[in-house]
Amino acid sequence: MAAPLRHRGPDGERFWTEGRVGLAHTRLSIIDLEGGAQPIENESGSVRVVFNGEIFNFVELRAELERRGHRFRTRTDTEVLVHLYEDEGLGFLDALNGQFAIALWDATRERLVLARDRPGIIPLFHARRDGRLYFASEVKAILPLIGPPTLDAAALDQILTFWAPVSPRTPFEGVEELPPGHLLVAERGEVTIRRWWDWTFPAEGGPYAEGSAEDLARELWDLLEDATRIRLRADVPVGAYLSGGLDSSALAALVRSDAGDRLRTFSIGFEDAGLDERPYQRAMAEHLGADHSEIVCGHHEIAEAFPETVRATECPVLRTAPTPMGLLSGLAHREGFKVVLTGEGADEVLGGYDLFKEAKVRWFWSKSPGSAWRPNLLQRLYPYLELSSMRAQSYVRDFFGAGLDRPDDPFFAHLPRWTTTAQAKRFLAPDFARAGGTSALEAMRDLVPEAAAGWHRFCRAQYLEAKSLMSGYLLSSQGDRQLMRSSVEGRFPYLDHRVIELANRLDPRLKMRVLDEKHLLKRAARGHVPDRVLSRHKQPYRAPDAAAFFEPGRPVPGYVEELLSEEALRRTGYFEPRSATLLVAKARRGAVQSVRDNQALVGILSTQLWHHIFIDRFRSDFAPQS
Amino acid sequence: MTVSSESIRSKLRAHILESFLFTDDDDALADGDSFLEKGIVDSTGIMEVILFIEEEFGFTVADDEMIPDNLDSVDALVAFVSRKRAT
Repeated sequence: MAAPLRHRGPDGERFWTEGRVGLAHTRLSIIDLEGGAQPIENESGSVRVVFNGEIFNFVELRAELERRGHRFRTRTDTEVLVHLYEDEGLGFLDALNGQFAIALWDATRERLVLARDRPGIIPLFHARRDGRLYFASEVKAILPLIGPPTLDAAALDQILTFWAPVSPRTPFEGVEELPPGHLLVAERGEVTIRRWWDWTFPAEGGPYAEGSAEDLARELWDLLEDATRIRLRADVPVGAYLSGGLDSSALAALVRSDAGDRLRTFSIGFEDAGLDERPYQRAMAEHLGADHSEIVCGHHEIAEAFPETVRATECPVLRTAPTPMGLLSGLAHREGFKVVLTGEGADEVLGGYDLFKEAKVRWFWSKSPGSAWRPNLLQRLYPYLELSSMRAQSYVRDFFGAGLDRPDDPFFAHLPRWTTTAQAKRFLAPDFARAGGTSALEAMRDLVPEAAAGWHRFCRAQYLEAKSLMSGYLLSSQGDRQLMRSSVEGRFPYLDHRVIELANRLDPRLKMRVLDEKHLLKRAARGHVPDRVLSRHKQPYRAPDAAAFFEPGRPVPGYVEELLSEEALRRTGYFEPRSATLLVAKARRGAVQSVRDNQALVGILSTQLWHHIFIDRFRSDFAPQS
Repeated sequence: MTVSSESIRSKLRAHILESFLFTDDDDALADGDSFLEKGIVDSTGIMEVILFIEEEFGFTVADDEMIPDNLDSVDALVAFVSRKRAT
């Protein structure tokens, strides 16, 4: 039953069933290595829980629960869940500082509770068939119970717009994810799903968090220190990923101040010099006195590992960037690490992305759309933009000027990106495109709460980023799935809900001061991180895309040839074979250079792989063994 | 809310020093220094200064106001911002 999840928990496996309910668990033992087998129950056995993840404040919660008279049988963080639930009912989640997917059975009420952490770090999926509710950390554990899957056409339409389906949709028709910060209760045949936490911001103009920039920077650093400190709680060693940028460098500095021992760090390097950050990673590792390891990814490694990436993501992807992350977790695993801290989340929480910066420039421009001068500020972000020719000006007006007349549209910041991505839809087979509909933007609009209309535009952009790319792609396809495929748990101090809640209360001008991204974090990190890291222009993490598979002078991997053949494209029916093979021919010539073409090529290949892994091989890999 | 010209000056100076000269040495910038002549701010940098004053002081700068007389030194900026805020 739990075998498809063994990579998430190779240290132990238990199954418990009683009457109408069954709970299965595969364990990655991190806290209380001897005594932590799950399910874990309360004193009377009336409440049982299995969970994936960590409750970082379990020490404090346990002390409080013991004061209230609860008796503990283990030293685990898991056990606080059953006692806390006994006392607080469904409100027990509010007290948790952690990352989790929880399944709790309350035998007295015959109630099953599924719950997912606030930002959506740990996955949780569910499906209903024939009056039964199935749930698991990954869809591959549900498939044997519900039969061969079908690719959800609307999900692919959304992936080809936002890089990920809009929660709760998944690529598997009829399988949903429990959205981040949500709770599912199944009781007496009724299933209800509701939100228990969400990102929220003050109304535009405030009141925002009080205090000078210096005071707030100190408050932020203190909070990050505490968020990191509790994320070092483990009975196994904890390492850290180092990208070479500000976020992971600040994090490594925070870890070092707490770790005592020599810090252990892991990095990805690339053979492509334009993508490689090894000099910065090594400089930071040296600054920290860390014991540093790295992997170097060339085209071959990425092409070879890409099928395994898609098996892990369970979702078509438009970039190969998750693959090196999977290889990195392999390195951490080989070096004996089960837990790593990572800097993910800082860009969303503290305002780091170029997308936010670009939006600020476009808002600046929208104040006077006819201005001859305002669009010049785009050159601050994109120095290569040549605005002197009429042709270039016209391009800039068409591309970046989209929506200038609607600066308050909640999608203002994201539309240029989504529009570029959605160009990949031109490759969809007409029938499949029709089945997918054209409602991607409406689905995303439904995610935006009414209150967002009153927030500052910058905060609205942050909200959308957190709800689309962050939880749907970065924390899943590129995060949890790539970590867990090698049985490594990632921990994310920037996504501590106290950090998110402080950051959300900040005046947006402190997050991005004019065009200075993560301004307050930089202030906070001064003195802890070398100046050259603080002043370095942010480099987005990228991996080679089409070039990883199609490199002049090197044979194209067999599976790529096979899955992108006209015959295979015709058989799966998702893409128009003629257009797709023309794109493949362009890639063979080494002419797929643009973001648009690269995304389309990787999107088509990963969708074909998805079909091959989950549909073609269903019988051999996922069907129940008789 | 009224903002004194000294408060405007100190905000502008702090921003130029931090964002363009990358220093907190107050002596690095004289209030009469021409941004362009001294190479402190380039032509797209001026747009960034405009973004700063719009964000900080809450008004919009028209195209015909984007001229060196208004923007090319701390003194010019203080006078310009004070004038705009008075209207």
